[in-house]
Amino acid sequence: MAYFLFFLLSVVCIASVLGMIISKNQAYSALFVILAFTCTGGFFALLDAPFIAVIQIIIYAGAIMVLFIFVIMMVDVRKGITPEKKKWTSGFASGIAVILFIELIVALKMAFNPLNTSSSQAIGNPSDLGYLLFTKYLYPFEITSILIITALVGAIILVKKKEKE
Amino acid sequence: MIETLIVLVKIVCALVWFLLITLYLTWAERKESALMQDRIGANRANFFGIRIIGLFQPFADAIKMAFKEDFTPSFSRKFLHDLAPFLSFFFTGVTIATIPFGDILKIGGKEIKLQVLDINVGLLFVLAMLSFTIYGVLLSGWASNNRWTLIGGLRGAAQLISYEVALGLSLIGLVMVFPSLDFSAIVDFQGELLFGWLPKWGIFLQPLGFLIFLFATMAESERVPFDLPEGESEIVGFFTEYGGMKWGMYMFTDFMKVLIISCLLTTLFFGGYQVPWLYADGFRFPWGGEWLLPHGIVVLFQVLMFNIKVFFFCWLQILLRWTYPRFRYDQLMDFGWKLLIPLSLINIVATAIIMSIL
Repeated sequence: MAYFLFFLLSVVCIASVLGMIISKNQAYSALFVILAFTCTGGFFALLDAPFIAVIQIIIYAGAIMVLFIFVIMMVDVRKGITPEKKKWTSGFASGIAVILFIELIVALKMAFNPLNTSSSQAIGNPSDLGYLLFTKYLYPFEITSILIITALVGAIILVKKKEKE
Repeated sequence: MIETLIVLVKIVCALVWFLLITLYLTWAERKESALMQDRIGANRANFFGIRIIGLFQPFADAIKMAFKEDFTPSFSRKFLHDLAPFLSFFFTGVTIATIPFGDILKIGGKEIKLQVLDINVGLLFVLAMLSFTIYGVLLSGWASNNRWTLIGGLRGAAQLISYEVALGLSLIGLVMVFPSLDFSAIVDFQGELLFGWLPKWGIFLQPLGFLIFLFATMAESERVPFDLPEGESEIVGFFTEYGGMKWGMYMFTDFMKVLIISCLLTTLFFGGYQVPWLYADGFRFPWGGEWLLPHGIVVLFQVLMFNIKVFFFCWLQILLRWTYPRFRYDQLMDFGWKLLIPLSLINIVATAIIMSIL
């Protein structure tokens, strides 16, 4: 059953990512990303980590992508980028793609090693996770939160400035 | 084999309970509003001439809706237009899986938990599934390819994500008091007593959290004080381009949300299936006195108590829906962002201070 679910989720996940890349309409791309995120949540659930699975779904599929879709549906971008810009962006994109591909191969090499078997308890127990965040990983956690707040305040300031003009 | 069978029976029972009660909520809403407005309400539907105060009305409505033409506008995005109502319906429906209807039932050496899905993050699971229902609203507005429904969908989605923040924050205080995200554990904690006589229900420990949760969930259910996403009488809502059964599914989802909100309020703040002073072997009153009961009767009492509490909250929500006028849009946003969210933050800080003192 677990194997069946794993392969089902993998196929749907990969297909939706492909759909995201191929589809011309940005709204459909965003919808495919939601499907991919949901499948990732399913993988975490299969790995006995229900907390991380649910958080993945709430944050990515439930909150962030709603805002993406919001903007895409309101703006409804039909035109792509201009041809002279396209040359530059395609070169840039292929460069990044090569780097990501190398990274993927390195990651795959690590993945074929035998897995560390976890203890029988569910991974990512909320209380354990909270304890770790406030002891061992306190500084990264706080720095991340400051970054997020800075980004939020920055976004609000940018919007306000435009309004004044 | 028998384990699988038990799970299947549990799923069927929970779904039948959920859908049947939802069906009768439509009737209850009509009757209660009629009573409040000094009318008689739906009482004509009959079954071979028998009409018990219109109790067959929901079935008549369902049959009517099923035989209506399933009309899809030619300019709509077909697939998404068809998909959207099912998204809303499905993701609201699965939340019933985590609600505990009663404690463990023992039959012939088997211990059956009266809860379909007992995961240790049940609370977050419900929030995740409810956050998916936003897509039903957004997609129906967009896929109808009509400017007004698009605006309606965006308006609805904006309201839902705004109130989801308050909803999540109001529950943090509760999770601090009952240190678990598991519904059955939260209900177990509420079986204890406060000062030796008061049931340790969430409402007594988190009164402010309860109020914020009530308002935030009512906004999530998109009913009258907060019904700007639909506004069937004046504004064009997100499901204007739907007809027949698909429109019916949106209406049904609203009532499902009312029921699931009642279940959540009961489970989180009113002790779930806990009857005051009822233990596994019978009543033990704080003023001294015992009334021992067999196991089956205790479980029956628990399930009945759960149902009574749920019906009370359904009644309360219908009462509120027919009492208040609609919010204006800016009032709605102010209420969510400037009142409920600061209040829920204050609630978290106050809970932390009181817990560290005690």
